[in-house]
Amino acid sequence: MSKTTTISVKEELVDLYLSNLDLITDRSSAILNRGRQAAIENFNLLGLPEAKSEKYKYSKIEPLFTQDLEKYFTPKDITFKIDDIFRCDIPEIGTDLALVLNGFYLPKGDKLKKLDNGVIYGSLAEASVKYPEIVSKHYNTIADNTSEGLVALNTAFIQDGVFIYIPKGVEMDRPIQIINLMMSDENLFVQYRNLVVMEESSKASIVICDHTLSVQKFLSNVVTEVVAKPNSNLELIKMQNEHNDSAQLSHTYVHQQRDSKVTTNTISLHGGFIRNNLNVLLDDVGCENNSYGLHLTDRTQHIDNYSFIDHAKPNCTSNELFKGIMDDQATGAFNGRILVRRDAQQTQAFQSNNNLLLTADAKMNTKPQLEIYADDVKCSHGATVGQLDMEAKFYMQARGIGEKEAKLLLMIGFAHDVVKKISIEPLRVRIDELVDKRLRGELSRCHNCPMHCC
Amino acid sequence: MLKIKDLHANIKGKEILRGINLEIKAGEVHAIMGPNGSGKSTLAAVLAGREIFEVTHGEVTFNDKNLLELSPEDRSREGLFLGFQYPIEIPGVSMVNFMKAAVNEQRKHRGLEQLSPADFLKMMREKKELVEIDSALTNRSVNEGFSGGEKKKNEIFQMAMLDPKLSILDETDSGLDIDALRIVANGVNKLKTANNASIVITHYQRLLDYIVPDHVHILYNGRIVKSAGKELALELEEKGYDWIKNGE
Ligand SMILES: Nc1ncnc2c1ncn2[C@@H]1O[C@H](COP(=O)(O)OP(=O)(O)OP(=O)(O)O)[C@@H](O)[C@H]1O
Ligand SMILES: [Mg+2]
Repeated sequence: MSKTTTISVKEELVDLYLSNLDLITDRSSAILNRGRQAAIENFNLLGLPEAKSEKYKYSKIEPLFTQDLEKYFTPKDITFKIDDIFRCDIPEIGTDLALVLNGFYLPKGDKLKKLDNGVIYGSLAEASVKYPEIVSKHYNTIADNTSEGLVALNTAFIQDGVFIYIPKGVEMDRPIQIINLMMSDENLFVQYRNLVVMEESSKASIVICDHTLSVQKFLSNVVTEVVAKPNSNLELIKMQNEHNDSAQLSHTYVHQQRDSKVTTNTISLHGGFIRNNLNVLLDDVGCENNSYGLHLTDRTQHIDNYSFIDHAKPNCTSNELFKGIMDDQATGAFNGRILVRRDAQQTQAFQSNNNLLLTADAKMNTKPQLEIYADDVKCSHGATVGQLDMEAKFYMQARGIGEKEAKLLLMIGFAHDVVKKISIEPLRVRIDELVDKRLRGELSRCHNCPMHCC
Repeated sequence: MLKIKDLHANIKGKEILRGINLEIKAGEVHAIMGPNGSGKSTLAAVLAGREIFEVTHGEVTFNDKNLLELSPEDRSREGLFLGFQYPIEIPGVSMVNFMKAAVNEQRKHRGLEQLSPADFLKMMREKKELVEIDSALTNRSVNEGFSGGEKKKNEIFQMAMLDPKLSILDETDSGLDIDALRIVANGVNKLKTANNASIVITHYQRLLDYIVPDHVHILYNGRIVKSAGKELALELEEKGYDWIKNGE
């Protein structure tokens, strides 16, 4: 029964590809078109992740695709006041903004900007035309099209997304902000692609915010590739703030070269269904990777964080901290895979996953997965699923703090552990405020974005 | 101020308090002493409203209110303060946010305006000086990684911030070095007025050299078995508890 559905969903998607092939390829550069054929063939072999696969055990992907969703291969005209959105910018720091609407880059001015210091950011489609040598060298080089059906699907279909290039030796003093907006008068399925290239000894912070601006059902399948060259330093913060009828499948691939440092922090503030795949390859000595995540999940929302840290070379360090608060009937999963290959001596790999369940109905599955083939390593992992600390609650009440407020302060404190890892202070303060609002139930829609984007 | 009549309390079906009677008037300091496990902390916790203890019998009135009917937070807002024998660590909650929430809830209860951030910080500074607490401590999470002595000082700091009518200090002296003991005791003495009162639970006469009690009670096996003036503490220091235990 389910087998027949799988086949039909897969076939439908392949058909969709074939029947829109001209539309997809005509508007795209050779670079983006290059991998499509292989990708759709891979997808045809792989299909969508199945519930019986261990990796997707707790997240059923297929039903998301059987919803009635529209797909567009040219940007659809949406009338909305762009200025409403751009009251924006994180005050005190200001950001360089890139905006994606329903998967297509939406220029405020030029489709691609080049700053005085040589930094380039803007539309990936445009970049693949204007800077073919850079895009060609990196695009689709680290995403896994051969074992992850959703990634192959993305590669086959994508037409646009955001491109960010930080040249050699350049240190950005303010973050680049990517805002992904979903807004439509129809239910929508969108796929787009981001590419971040950090040249040698460059430094940058990137903030990605995902928002839904209208009540329709949305499904997004997004791949982000990050190439961190020797000695580069990137902080990538992702804020997921979508409504309960939205589903997001995100795949982030990080390729770290010698002595590079990459910190990702995924704050899943709100969203109906979220599956985040984070794949990090530590491909040379001296790398540091920090992968952090926080999710606040309630009602019937579902969150699933999968991470894979591949210690391929000696002398690298990885730190993982994922925390979650689950309320009502929310369900969630964390699967943290760490692979320390035989050559990867002197590896230090640490992982912890801590969860708070506020009700008896909320469910969280957590699974560390350590595979260690080197002998001189320092690894640790720990996972907890617990309730609020009643002793601490009483301590607060004994100081006059009401029970509800005491619980809130405890939750905020629990969440702050992850938020405090954000290095940009105004952003950290904003996200703290947002988490506070979210836990107080004052943020049911995304209209109170911390960045005041929308 | 506080009247306890024949108070009985259980934990997990086991009776710990077995008929406590005690009356405390404004301006008084009462010391409660007694062997380990006799029920001193249980009495303090029951008064503060800890739910894990079940009151099976008796009455407690606090400034003419039925204390046992109030939630823990309302007891605090009415002016009851418990200095914990083992202060709790609350990771992620800063001392500043914790105290701000506490002070403002207390003020709301008293019909006062919320403090402005500037006034609040000024108040923090003043009270910190009173107990000579390191500024760095109040920038950290509540009690997290505090040393034993620092935690106790922090209890007195919180007491100073909240200005309670009745404070119950459960072994605030244990774990303090000699200087800290003096500082903490001085703090308590400075906060003393004719309108407030305190109960100090202690094992050592030493504290009572600084905080001179009007009454000393011995709690044993869930009952107050002896009450007298401050000389009782000296007697205990000399003789230990055997004569009390055997006398039963
Ligand atoms: N949470 C609990 N569960 C089970 N028994 C408890 C609990 N709390 C207290 N008790 C028991 O109640 C009795 C009284 O304990 P309490 O802490 O009140 O003693 P105390 O007089 O404060 O002792 P100390 O001088 O050692 O602090 C003890 O026998 C203790 O084991
Ligand atoms: Mg005790």
